[in-house]
Amino acid sequence: MESNFILELLGNNIWAYLITAAIPLVFVVVYALVAILGELKIASWVQDRLGPMRTGPWGIIQPVAEVVKLLQKEDITPRNANKPLFNTAPFVVFTGSFAAFAVIPYSSKFIPADINLGVFYIFAVSSFTVIAILMGGWASNNKYSVLGAVRSASQMISYEIPTSLSIIAIAALSNTLSVSGIINSQSGWFWNWNLLGGQGSAIKYLFIPFLLVLFIVYFVGSLAEANRTPFDIPEGESEIVGGYHTEYSSMKFAMFYFAEYANMYVVSAMITIMFLGGWNSPFGDFMNSPIWQAFWFIAKAMSFVFVQLWLRWTLPRVRVDQLMHICWKVMLPAAFVSLIGISLLGVIK
Amino acid sequence: MNIIEIVFYVFALIIIVSAMGVVFSHKLMYSAFSLLFTFFGVAGIYVLLNADFLAVVQIMIYVGGILVLIIFGIMLTTKVTDVESISGSTGKLIYLSSAIVSAILFLVLVYMFNTSNWNVYTTPYRETTLDMLGNALLTKYVLTFFMAAILLLVAFIGAAFIAKKGK
Repeated sequence: MESNFILELLGNNIWAYLITAAIPLVFVVVYALVAILGELKIASWVQDRLGPMRTGPWGIIQPVAEVVKLLQKEDITPRNANKPLFNTAPFVVFTGSFAAFAVIPYSSKFIPADINLGVFYIFAVSSFTVIAILMGGWASNNKYSVLGAVRSASQMISYEIPTSLSIIAIAALSNTLSVSGIINSQSGWFWNWNLLGGQGSAIKYLFIPFLLVLFIVYFVGSLAEANRTPFDIPEGESEIVGGYHTEYSSMKFAMFYFAEYANMYVVSAMITIMFLGGWNSPFGDFMNSPIWQAFWFIAKAMSFVFVQLWLRWTLPRVRVDQLMHICWKVMLPAAFVSLIGISLLGVIK
Repeated sequence: MNIIEIVFYVFALIIIVSAMGVVFSHKLMYSAFSLLFTFFGVAGIYVLLNADFLAVVQIMIYVGGILVLIIFGIMLTTKVTDVESISGSTGKLIYLSSAIVSAILFLVLVYMFNTSNWNVYTTPYRETTLDMLGNALLTKYVLTFFMAAILLLVAFIGAAFIAKKGK
């Protein structure tokens, strides 16, 4: 197991696996705190105000205060809600988001589970989120929640198709579906990244337009799958209050909240893995030790989390018909054409 | 009992309990959501049997596709916000006869399991089944593969045609 330093250190026993599973959980919690602060601060900078300033220097302890506030709130279950499903949904939604972290790498020495179907697996477990959203929205027994859930599910199912096509194209380019395989096929300098054609002779630069299209298709599709603006119509406050989590409060709401932030990281990590060389340093072997690799991977992924936050406070929301139009009439044909182009590149290489 | 067996029994328990939930619950939504855990348990068994691709496909197609379709079906056919959508009541006669049929089926399965001469074939451990599956699908079974693709295409066009007819 050269891809997991904990198994090397502790040997092949149950404690090593438990620690391997615990590290991503700690990472999610710490990351979510950072992302919440980022959201508050970026929102206020975009709107030309200071944002939270009172808890700690420049308000950096604000996310901790928010979590404590959520923990202290009363846990309300509406009287007419369907109690078993209402209480199960937050756990299923977080399970779905957290399951993806099993294959998300940190550096070449720490991939929690280096399975051969990594990218495909991330894609498959995201379907648990769809079910959980439907479960929570329906069990709330509230028409706004149901509408939000149905919107969210239909949106996620539609946008799965163009994003899966871009995953297939990258698989054809790298000849593998495993996370470490895809990243290793992009090692070297930054011009070996899949966004710039992967490793190969100069002819690969002719195919950059296709890869750019796939990159944009994947990014837009993943925004829609994570229910982020401009595709956050499932949570459109002005139309349907809070969408599928209208009725949730306290820790159950926090789990939906954490799952959304976890999804944002999963999506950004997928972009990093598939297009931006994963843990590889942009400068060849320079600064490419395992510790630096963790830095590069998290830095690349976090920059995409930043882009998502930035977009949220910049763009208006699209309408439902525009949403379907973008997916089926713009992104899907573009993804098909690019898939054929990339397959050609895969054959030439 | 080693760890593999414990894991097997955990997944088997999940499958059996949730499958009973699918059959016995009166509320259709409970049945649909119980199916989620059944599919999850079956995927776990596939992983235990080293069928990694099948496990992921199981989750992707059954949880991500078919289960969502079932839930949408229930939501769209009953009053959407109605929590109490109940399956049709089962008469005592139907209950009894189906119990007898199930019991006979169960006994036949147990009998077959105990009397057949199982050929246990040990294959070398493989890291993944993906390459072999891909090769088999595009060489030996290429005709069936393309037939399935054409069937899906026909179904797609038919669905689009039916959906358009209402306008």
